[in-house]
Amino acid sequence: MTPALRVVAPGLLTTVQDLGRPHALASGVSPGGAMDRFAHSAANLLVGNERGAATLECTLRGPRLVAERPCLIAVTGADLEPRVNEAAAPLWTGFELEAGDELSFGARRSGTRAYIAVAGGILAERWLGSMSTNLLVARGGMHGRPLREGDMISADEPHERPPAGQTVPEQLRPGYADHTLHAIAGPQADRLVKESRDSLFNTSFQVSPDSNRMGYRLVGATLEAPGEEVLSFGLVAGAVQLPSGGRPILLMADHQTAGGYPVMAVVVSASMPVAAQLAPGDELRFVETSIERALQMREAQRAALDALVT
Amino acid sequence: MPPPRSRVRVRVYPLGDTALLAELGTRLDTALNTRAIALAAALQKRRDVRRAVAGHGAVTVQFDPDQISHDALASAIRRLATKRPPVEEPGRLHRIPVVYDGPDLEAVARERGLAPQQVVEIHGRPIYRVFLVGFVPGWAYMGPLADELVLPRRAIPRTRVPAGSVAIAGQETGIYPFASPGGWHLIGRTSVRLFLPDSDPPSLFRTGDRVKFFAASE
Repeated sequence: MTPALRVVAPGLLTTVQDLGRPHALASGVSPGGAMDRFAHSAANLLVGNERGAATLECTLRGPRLVAERPCLIAVTGADLEPRVNEAAAPLWTGFELEAGDELSFGARRSGTRAYIAVAGGILAERWLGSMSTNLLVARGGMHGRPLREGDMISADEPHERPPAGQTVPEQLRPGYADHTLHAIAGPQADRLVKESRDSLFNTSFQVSPDSNRMGYRLVGATLEAPGEEVLSFGLVAGAVQLPSGGRPILLMADHQTAGGYPVMAVVVSASMPVAAQLAPGDELRFVETSIERALQMREAQRAALDALVT
Repeated sequence: MPPPRSRVRVRVYPLGDTALLAELGTRLDTALNTRAIALAAALQKRRDVRRAVAGHGAVTVQFDPDQISHDALASAIRRLATKRPPVEEPGRLHRIPVVYDGPDLEAVARERGLAPQQVVEIHGRPIYRVFLVGFVPGWAYMGPLADELVLPRRAIPRTRVPAGSVAIAGQETGIYPFASPGGWHLIGRTSVRLFLPDSDPPSLFRTGDRVKFFAASE
């Protein structure tokens, strides 16, 4: 198969991601997968792929990629100023690259993670049922590592190629500027003393520099939650753990599969795309919500994606 | 004949809008763990359950909210949890050689008023149960540890624990599969590889397995 794209410069951290490997939990392997699943799925749908096809996840500073053959692509998620041959390229819209065209990125204008989908779906190493890159074990995707200069990115032959120009309407694109994360109180939330509970749900936290795809350490109020040790149990992305030091950690896609710190809140599925678009230094705020409201938000996001299926 | 019932109280908590935690108990207990594993297996068969993972005494259930509500699944879990679990097949037995020369061996001995050799003997005596595989790839929480060796975690975790370190903390023992930060007390090391990425499944240990340590020289 002719490669679709050649990596001229890899960007800060560009990895192959799909929807992860949830069944590897029993071996202690994190589920992984795209951090912003709305943007990942939308990119795929815009070029006629299944939602779960592999894409490139680009972090803060995007790569420079040259098309080795004509291909239909889409860039979604963070606005990292995508360009084709130095001219502005559209976001949330399918467009054609001719052989020799160069896709590059400029400054970070909003969000943190941009997704590049190629019609047919990116082909990379599959490990435990997924092409997602697992950096800890160094498996999946591009030899289990971020892209490097000179890498060749292959894509499958598209079954059915939609025309270029399919787009996610402005009003259906996620609002990444609002860093409010809706959350539901967690199993050990009752341990929080009253002031700490108020702080968790009503004050701002800053994403610390010591944050990555595994989780975000949060700087803000120190939370107090006296109680006995918790026996380790299975964790989910979105869980807000509280280690004994009182500084919460928000678990993201590459989270540890089990842990014994109390979980004070869990960010709802519809807010995870916003969480995925945060970078160190950004402020966020948790707002307590109900399961009913969370499911309505989830439904609205799904309707937006369903509208892209032709 | 009605199925035999037993008195198990299960507490169900939401974990966001697409998962929940079913807690059977909060003590380290083999019978509870057996129940958690059986409950996870029963839940995994349901179409509305994406995956169910047994913890020490709890099950984390990720479900499809389009197929079932949180409340309806919680009710189903309460019903399932009252069923007596099937008699558990004994897990596979692993014999793990350990060179007992860990940097914390002396300190553990001192703390517990034992000689280092007694720590080695006590650690190697039981057949431990794998309560949970998780945290990092291949890590297994094993126990229960003899009361004589129970200690809280180190006040200041190490920033780097070498792969293969055999460690204890609280009522449990474990082996670090990868070099990583860690707060457990390091009493020895093993050359057994716990995680083989290209095997399927890649983890040597599975929940419910049994593990016996024995002292070895290099």
